[in-house]
Amino acid sequence: MNETLDKTNMTLRDRLKAFVDAFGLPRLIIAAFLLMLYIAAPIVGAGFWMQISNTINRFSWNAVMVLAMVPMIHSGCGLNFGLPLGIISGLLGATLSIELGFTGPLSFLMAILIATPFAIVLGALYGWLLNKIKGGEMMIATYVGFSSVSFMCMMWLLLPYHSPTMVWGFSGKGLRTTISLEGFYDKVLANFLQINIGSLSIPTGTLLFFAVLAFGMWAFLHTKTGTAMTAVGSNPTFAKAAGVNVDKMRMLSVVLSTWLAAIGILVYEQGFGFIQLYMAPFYMALPAVSAILIGGASVNKASIANVIIGTFLFQGIVTMTPTVMNNMIHMDMSEVIRVVASQGMILYALTRKTEATK
Amino acid sequence: MANNNAPLLEMRNIKKAFFGNQVLTDINLSLAEGEVLGLCGENGAGKSTLMKILFGMDVIRDTGGYEGDILINGEKVTFNTPFDALAAGIGMVHQEFSLIPGFTATENILLNREPKKKNVISEVFGDRLDTLNYHVMTERAEAAIDKMGFRIDKDMVISEMPVGHKQFTEIARELSKDQLKILILDEPTAVLTEKEAEALLASIRSMSEKGIAVIFITHRLHEILAVCDRVVVMRDGYVVSDEPAAETTVNEISSRMVGRAVETTAKSDIRDKSDAKTIMSIKRLWVDMPGEIVRDVSLDIKEGEILGIGGLAGQGKLGIPNGIMGLYEAGGSVEFDGAKIPLNSPRKCLDASLAFVSEDRRGVGLLLDETLEWNVAFPAMQVQNKFLKNYLGGFVKWRDEKSIREVTERYIDELAIKCTGSKQKAKELSGGNQQKVCLAKAFALEPKFLFVSEPTRGIDVGAKSLVLEALRKFNRESGVTVVMISSELEELRSICDRIAIISGGKVAGILPASKPSEEFGMLMVSMVK
Ligand SMILES: Nc1ncnc2c1ncn2[C@@H]1O[C@H](COP(=O)(O)OP(=O)(O)OP(=O)(O)O)[C@@H](O)[C@H]1O
Ligand SMILES: [Mg+2]
Repeated sequence: MNETLDKTNMTLRDRLKAFVDAFGLPRLIIAAFLLMLYIAAPIVGAGFWMQISNTINRFSWNAVMVLAMVPMIHSGCGLNFGLPLGIISGLLGATLSIELGFTGPLSFLMAILIATPFAIVLGALYGWLLNKIKGGEMMIATYVGFSSVSFMCMMWLLLPYHSPTMVWGFSGKGLRTTISLEGFYDKVLANFLQINIGSLSIPTGTLLFFAVLAFGMWAFLHTKTGTAMTAVGSNPTFAKAAGVNVDKMRMLSVVLSTWLAAIGILVYEQGFGFIQLYMAPFYMALPAVSAILIGGASVNKASIANVIIGTFLFQGIVTMTPTVMNNMIHMDMSEVIRVVASQGMILYALTRKTEATK
Repeated sequence: MANNNAPLLEMRNIKKAFFGNQVLTDINLSLAEGEVLGLCGENGAGKSTLMKILFGMDVIRDTGGYEGDILINGEKVTFNTPFDALAAGIGMVHQEFSLIPGFTATENILLNREPKKKNVISEVFGDRLDTLNYHVMTERAEAAIDKMGFRIDKDMVISEMPVGHKQFTEIARELSKDQLKILILDEPTAVLTEKEAEALLASIRSMSEKGIAVIFITHRLHEILAVCDRVVVMRDGYVVSDEPAAETTVNEISSRMVGRAVETTAKSDIRDKSDAKTIMSIKRLWVDMPGEIVRDVSLDIKEGEILGIGGLAGQGKLGIPNGIMGLYEAGGSVEFDGAKIPLNSPRKCLDASLAFVSEDRRGVGLLLDETLEWNVAFPAMQVQNKFLKNYLGGFVKWRDEKSIREVTERYIDELAIKCTGSKQKAKELSGGNQQKVCLAKAFALEPKFLFVSEPTRGIDVGAKSLVLEALRKFNRESGVTVVMISSELEELRSICDRIAIISGGKVAGILPASKPSEEFGMLMVSMVK
């Protein structure tokens, strides 16, 4: 009640300050930088609308993987550096769906269906492991991510896949590093209700798909179980004393996170047009972690808004910086600049981890 | 050289607001060398905040700093961090503990100021790799403990200590600082039993004789009169009186604190419930709670009574509810309402309609980072599916924000919780108001049987009678059986029907509350281990 009263008494300066405090200065600076890049783009000769389309596209590919961070953050398991485990479940779904001969949109649906049991089983094992070593979650998560990728590097070669679109041409066995999705689920979501106005193109289907998942997550956090999960992350002893099974909640959050990562990689592939195997999953975790941190999440609090803002800012900077810089210096350095920009953002984001009150 | 007539410490026109919520207005305060200043006021009056300002705590700076001046020996100072304050000779014992649980008392007392020895490695790589000089450390810790005048075991690990000893460890830590001139004690006696509190008062007196000025915050007003030279009363962020302790009385102080006369809790109508049926029967209970070990407790609790459990700190009284409610490992048998309660399972107890207000409000009692609404409604929501809306035939259980807000607001009113609204974060409340939130949480469960552990710890006089009255009402009107564990015998005697005294992890005896205090005192020390 006092709050409303205070609001009216606030001066403009106070209000501005409150806004900056709420939104966070670093995020404002990044947003301002991104805005500058958009303004600079047409000046240096990179089409404005094309750049906008680019960013939106990139956003649509990555947003689900960033969303996958939310459940584990809420349950206090921290940032999911073990994201590659979920990605591997997704990859198994993708490759098996093609191997079994599904094509077109159906292959996407089947990939999701096949990936789900893998994500649940692997997620449960991962959750069990995290429950064994409370306190050091993020370190174990990193190991899990790393070793699962290494293990699968062997398996991709050894598993008896036969589909000619996927195996190495000359030997007839072992999966290729990149597999084209043409004829399978390349752009299945993106093409759904796609909007094209001049050089602006919006992948409506992909955005809708993300919106549905994000809504699901938001709704879940408003249920009894979601509330319990958040409380476990906030103070596990409190939750235990209130009769919540802490380990079960943590396990559930890990399974959810792993499953979302599996779906996330499938969405990414349909946008990108290729399946990437071997070391590729390994490079997916850090950008997702950074995006959610830049979006304003802390180690045990994250909202859907954090996901959207973070993914947009992170992907925006990473796609825009190389384009603008390239056009400015007329030299193709885009790969180098892309790497510098994304690693820089990751490094910055990791310094911004904030802890809860103890 | 500074002006010699200037007081040791002067605070001038101190103002502080948290996000537009003014909590301190024009505070003026001064303190002379060796003076003991008592600071009292209702929960949320601003005492801790004022002390945090003096001690340069980060929260103050992070929430926009303060206005006004602090002068030491007549010179203006600004403390940006507690280290600046320490360097200027100010020490503070916080309302909440700040000790490292896995370290011994000695290590905690000298933390970061350990005497060190050079060794080969540190000669090369710098003083961070010096070896700790345990011999000197032990001596210094000993000296600090002697100065304090209350014996604690300097080699005991903090996590194994009874709360009272933790408090003394904190005080010893401050006393071990040579430059100490001003010591701030924020509710140090709240966790102490009467005996321990007396020892603390004695050590405050001896500090003051050695020239150390002490600012002493407490809700036990008679302590103020016993030890302070001057009493400052605060209300709603203002200083309402500042006078020599000799010229005032407990009643005068308490009426100034709340702005009206406070009726001390009427002696209760003690009832004899020995004919009532036994609602809980505890047999051969043991609990492995560090610092509060229960060895062998058998106890029958009658339906509808208020049973008190008292005893010295560390004798095991706190272990009983913590063990039964499944928070610490326990064994033995507990029967409730004719059915066995499985131990080590909090959920089973809650399902059987038991509730527990823990003495550890920050560790167990609260979700500090969440709103009051969540804190109050959470257990009832999880255990009894209250405050939920069912959709899809109960498959989706949606949080019912409206009923959550209503119940929270109801308890904010009933218990007079001082806050800016039901959406405020629990960590932003003053200590005493946090305690009330813990009670509200248990009341919202509407249990048949309630354990309350130290329910009035850190609560002001006005609120204390309010809380005790609320418990009594809860017992009389809803027929709830209440077991209250407290270090304050007088408090137990004012509300309970019977009081069990725990000593050495066992029941030393159970007496009607009407028996004189001396008899309880005898029981308390009867089996001390
Ligand atoms: N970090 C914070 N953010 C917002 N408000 C705060 C914060 N810390 C304290 N307050 C508010 O300041 C007021 C004074 O609190 P303070 O802790 O100083 O009270 P107190 O006199 O020490 O009470 P108690 O006897 O209960 O410990 C309270 O209303 C409290 O809600
Ligand atoms: Mg306080």
